[in-house]
Amino acid sequence: MTARVPLYGLMAEFADVNHLVSAIRKLRQMGYRRLDAFTPFPVEEVWEELGVHRNMVSFLVFCGGLAGCLFGIGLQYWTSAIDYPINVGGRPLFSIPAFVPITFECTVLFAALTAVLGMLALNGLPAPYHPVFNVPRFALASRDRFFLCVEATDPLFDREGTRRVLESLSPVSVAEVPD
Amino acid sequence: MSSAMDDRSRFVLSADHPLFRVRPLALGAGAIGVAVSLAGALIDTTQFFQSYLFGFLFWFGIAMGSLALLMIYHVTGGAWGSVIRRSLESAVRTIPLLAVLFLPVVLGVHALYEWADTSRLAHDPLLQHKSTYLNVPFFIFRAALYFAVWTLLAIFLSRWSEAQENGEPRAIGWLENLSRGGLVAVVLTLTFAAIDWAMSLEPHWYSTLYGVLILGGCLLSAMAFMIQVTALLANNGPLSSVVQPMQFHDLGKLMFAFVMLWAYLSLSQLLIIWSGNLPEETPWYLKRMSGGWQYLGLLLILFHFALPFVILLSRDIKRNARLVASVALFILCVRVLEVYWLITPAFSPYQARVHWLDVTAWLGVGGVWLWAFTGGLRGRALVVWNDPSLPAAGGHA
Repeated sequence: MTARVPLYGLMAEFADVNHLVSAIRKLRQMGYRRLDAFTPFPVEEVWEELGVHRNMVSFLVFCGGLAGCLFGIGLQYWTSAIDYPINVGGRPLFSIPAFVPITFECTVLFAALTAVLGMLALNGLPAPYHPVFNVPRFALASRDRFFLCVEATDPLFDREGTRRVLESLSPVSVAEVPD
Repeated sequence: MSSAMDDRSRFVLSADHPLFRVRPLALGAGAIGVAVSLAGALIDTTQFFQSYLFGFLFWFGIAMGSLALLMIYHVTGGAWGSVIRRSLESAVRTIPLLAVLFLPVVLGVHALYEWADTSRLAHDPLLQHKSTYLNVPFFIFRAALYFAVWTLLAIFLSRWSEAQENGEPRAIGWLENLSRGGLVAVVLTLTFAAIDWAMSLEPHWYSTLYGVLILGGCLLSAMAFMIQVTALLANNGPLSSVVQPMQFHDLGKLMFAFVMLWAYLSLSQLLIIWSGNLPEETPWYLKRMSGGWQYLGLLLILFHFALPFVILLSRDIKRNARLVASVALFILCVRVLEVYWLITPAFSPYQARVHWLDVTAWLGVGGVWLWAFTGGLRGRALVVWNDPSLPAAGGHA
């Protein structure tokens, strides 16, 4: 606990999700931006207070779906109308109704793969090491406790000052997160 | 105890709410619509019955969709249903009225349905073969049976809901168990009602998917209507403190799902018939794909599916009461066109047409129905008290 240990940030532990939400709100009002929260289950208010619900994933998924749609229809057009044209019951070679299911499936497949890969690419997972795990009580984040981490890279971060702010927000404990 | 009652009265709609101020207007429009349509019946009786069937089926769809949604809510729970529950109940309580409004269809059975026309029946072996099911007495018996089932469900759903409001702790369980069986009953009866009232307009044609297609349309109509009503109540009335963007988000997601369900079912039916390419199946589409009907069909692909689909992808639109209500209103308008496209080409195949009676009959049924629907919202607290999913209305989160 000496000042020379490089610090990743400060971590506050809350027993109640409402305390976590109001703590985030308070810190955001004070101007803190490099915050992260950890909860045992998804809490919509937490994302909203953190301002993180807007990310690129949905846009990427839309593009992925669009690409899948074009790929699906293009694949069928090329195979059935250009590369190997077969007359099926006198129907046109490019028969849209018959092509809808495959096009739909390709749209879903590409969108789903983009969602998974895009999420991984943007959030940096898998991460073999993360400093927050240096706090022993952090294991409770997957059980019944709510954690808020203020990262040291925040311009407003001050080892003593930020700790005092966090302690005023009715946490169960405040711990330093060694880097 | 009394303070809880006082709190609850905050959620009763005041008599001067815009929703009540349109009541005389709705009744007036309904009365004029009915009167003009009846006058039209003297000029062209067959046209009157054809127009009336279309108008009836549109408004009937909203009530039936509401019945299904209400029972889905009783089985699943959720804040989305808690905020629209009173409106759903009010729509469900119009079912006895709809039974009365169905009477003109019974009176017009000979004018509407080919299989009830004895001169046609005599020369049509296929219709003779189907006449064990498609005959007038059995048709009326079945309709009476459907309305009996739906009315019983409506009565008990209302009665036990009131019991729950008055503090009967077992009422939630009663409603849940009733809804379990009720959902099965409604899916079955509505499937047969769709076959009887709409599919049998073209008695040579059949589609096993038809009942579900109609049910999907009913669910979409009901959800769009409920979003519209909830937006009115939240924007300008007692629900403003209860209904959060999250609830509109949920309702919008359900509407989005029903848009996709409708598209999925419509395409499935088309795809199967198109692939089979059988002479007894394709005419249903051929009648609807020429003489102007094809433009209405294209309009449906664009405005009943493509446009709402793209718009409702957006999270921000679904969370914005005003925007999601506009989309809902738009969908309701397109729903009218879809019902028209399903029904009217049976009377006017290969040749698109709109008769002024289509408008007046629709208006007549709609005015009366809306008057009854808004009447059902009088005097009741619009939220379920002590609902855990609604902390702003006495519930505990």
